[in-house]
Amino acid sequence: MALEKQLELGDSDDRVRKQTAVYVYEAPVRLWHWVTVLCVVTLGISGYLIGSPLPTLPGEASDNYLMGYIRFAHFSAGYILAIAFIGRIYWACVGNRHSRELFIVPVWRGRWWSELWHEVRWYLFLAKTPKKYIGHNPLGQLAMFLFFVIGNLFMIVTGFALYGEGLGAGSWADQLFGWVIPLFGQSQDVHTWHHLGMWYIVIFVMTHVYVAVREDIMSRQSLISTMVGGWRMFKDDKPD
Amino acid sequence: MSRPVETFYDVMRRQGITRRSLLKYSSLTAAALGLGPAFAPKIAHAMETKPRTPVVWLHGLECTCCSESFIRSAHPLVKDVVLSMISLDYDDTLMAAAGHQAEAALEQTIAKYKGEYILAVEGNPPLNEDGMFCIVGGKPFLDQLKHAAKDAKAVIAWGSCASWGCVQAARPNPTQAVPIHKVITDKPIIKVPGCPPIAEVMTGVITYMLTFGKIPELDRQGRPKMFYGQRIHDKCYRRPHFDAGQFVEEWDDEGARKGYCLYKVGCKGPTTYNACSTVRWNEGVSFPIQAGHGCIGCSEDGFWDKGSFYDRLTNIQQFGIEKNADEIGTAVAGGVGAAIAAHAAVSAIKRVTTRSQEQGEQDS
Repeated sequence: MALEKQLELGDSDDRVRKQTAVYVYEAPVRLWHWVTVLCVVTLGISGYLIGSPLPTLPGEASDNYLMGYIRFAHFSAGYILAIAFIGRIYWACVGNRHSRELFIVPVWRGRWWSELWHEVRWYLFLAKTPKKYIGHNPLGQLAMFLFFVIGNLFMIVTGFALYGEGLGAGSWADQLFGWVIPLFGQSQDVHTWHHLGMWYIVIFVMTHVYVAVREDIMSRQSLISTMVGGWRMFKDDKPD
Repeated sequence: MSRPVETFYDVMRRQGITRRSLLKYSSLTAAALGLGPAFAPKIAHAMETKPRTPVVWLHGLECTCCSESFIRSAHPLVKDVVLSMISLDYDDTLMAAAGHQAEAALEQTIAKYKGEYILAVEGNPPLNEDGMFCIVGGKPFLDQLKHAAKDAKAVIAWGSCASWGCVQAARPNPTQAVPIHKVITDKPIIKVPGCPPIAEVMTGVITYMLTFGKIPELDRQGRPKMFYGQRIHDKCYRRPHFDAGQFVEEWDDEGARKGYCLYKVGCKGPTTYNACSTVRWNEGVSFPIQAGHGCIGCSEDGFWDKGSFYDRLTNIQQFGIEKNADEIGTAVAGGVGAAIAAHAAVSAIKRVTTRSQEQGEQDS
């Protein structure tokens, strides 16, 4: 692998610790990640305020447009999130093999299952040491798929179905996603499910951030800096 | 054929209605259907030349609010002509005949106008106990409905009962009342939901079908687009207050007096497809939001089972508990948060102990 490089780092004890770095997250993936972070935060806050609006503003209606601005923020962030997600899917096709991990979970591989089990044991404090991974560990990959990919898709589809109601019958959003509304019953049901979807994403974000910080400290590779710079650093050179 | 079938115009003249009134009605109806002025003479011409389409009006499990609404249509012609044309054939609550005579009239219409009459259904059939919860003429309504639907050209589902099920199909639905499209599966069904539907919407749909001889353009759920294409919220006169973020918070607050948006007190206008905010009720006098009360979403599927009429976020019953999305979300997120905190604490302790162990091993 041309991208791999070996770094020799001196230690204070004069012992030599080897760190291997692998370029994992290409620039478009990192850009997509942080754009999505901004969108999810905006969408969560503005969406919550659409369901439970702020206290009434004084003055004439013509002097205020608060709900309009909140909805504008929600809709634009929704558009950016969805377009970025389409871009991410495109990158999964043309990017390196780690860019596909989010979408393709190798459930047909026996080894993947045994490593998943090992990771579960690591999280239950039953395994003493974690394994090394260049990409996602199997548990992380599964959680990313179930919570993020499925959750994000659900929110995009229900979100644009609701947006299509505002655009009106026959609009592109109505043509593409209007079928969702009778599927759930009626518009109110789609609103409720979309709202529950927000909490699903909130739980994902909480867990995702916690696990990223924890793994950054306790696992044998870098996590947070990898999503900034793209390079995965390994803390030891012991075998997997 | 004993005699040629009379046209609408013949019926109107027989009722003592002038041609001038017919033209006024035609232009009003054209406007109501969103067809533009060019269509007024077409409607008038169709009414003058086309043989009238017979209508059979059945009543299942219902409260007759649809009929009550219909006979209060703003334009007198509708009341006098369309209604009398309909009652000529069969409508057990409005027709002159009763008992066996009424049932005979139904059979006669079905036989005479086979495949040509329009079947209008108010209410819906209960399926439990072989349909015994609704008996018409000594037989389950379910049988009458199937029988009348077999030779109908098209079916109109009047009101939320026939369209979605309404109150008798609300939880726990002991009679197993179902909307008519669960029973009639081989005919086009035009859903005109509402509890009741607006009179002008009902007469508009009937007039469209009678004059143009085809069913109006329907949306995905089978409702005429011309009346159900937009939500109450989209055309609500209080909408500027919604966009401005000005809401009624309590029923007796300043906002309520000033006519602010009723979103926070549970108005279902944003999720309800109907023409109330444009056509309004009782000759355009008012509609619920104008009277200061939120829309209850009566023309939407299952509106009785969406929790209180006065809550913005509806209760979710799927999980066997009555909580809204935020209550469920906060509880689950709180649980996950607590689990994360506990996990983080154990991780930290574990890390400290393994560190000191390693240190101990190195020292020794």
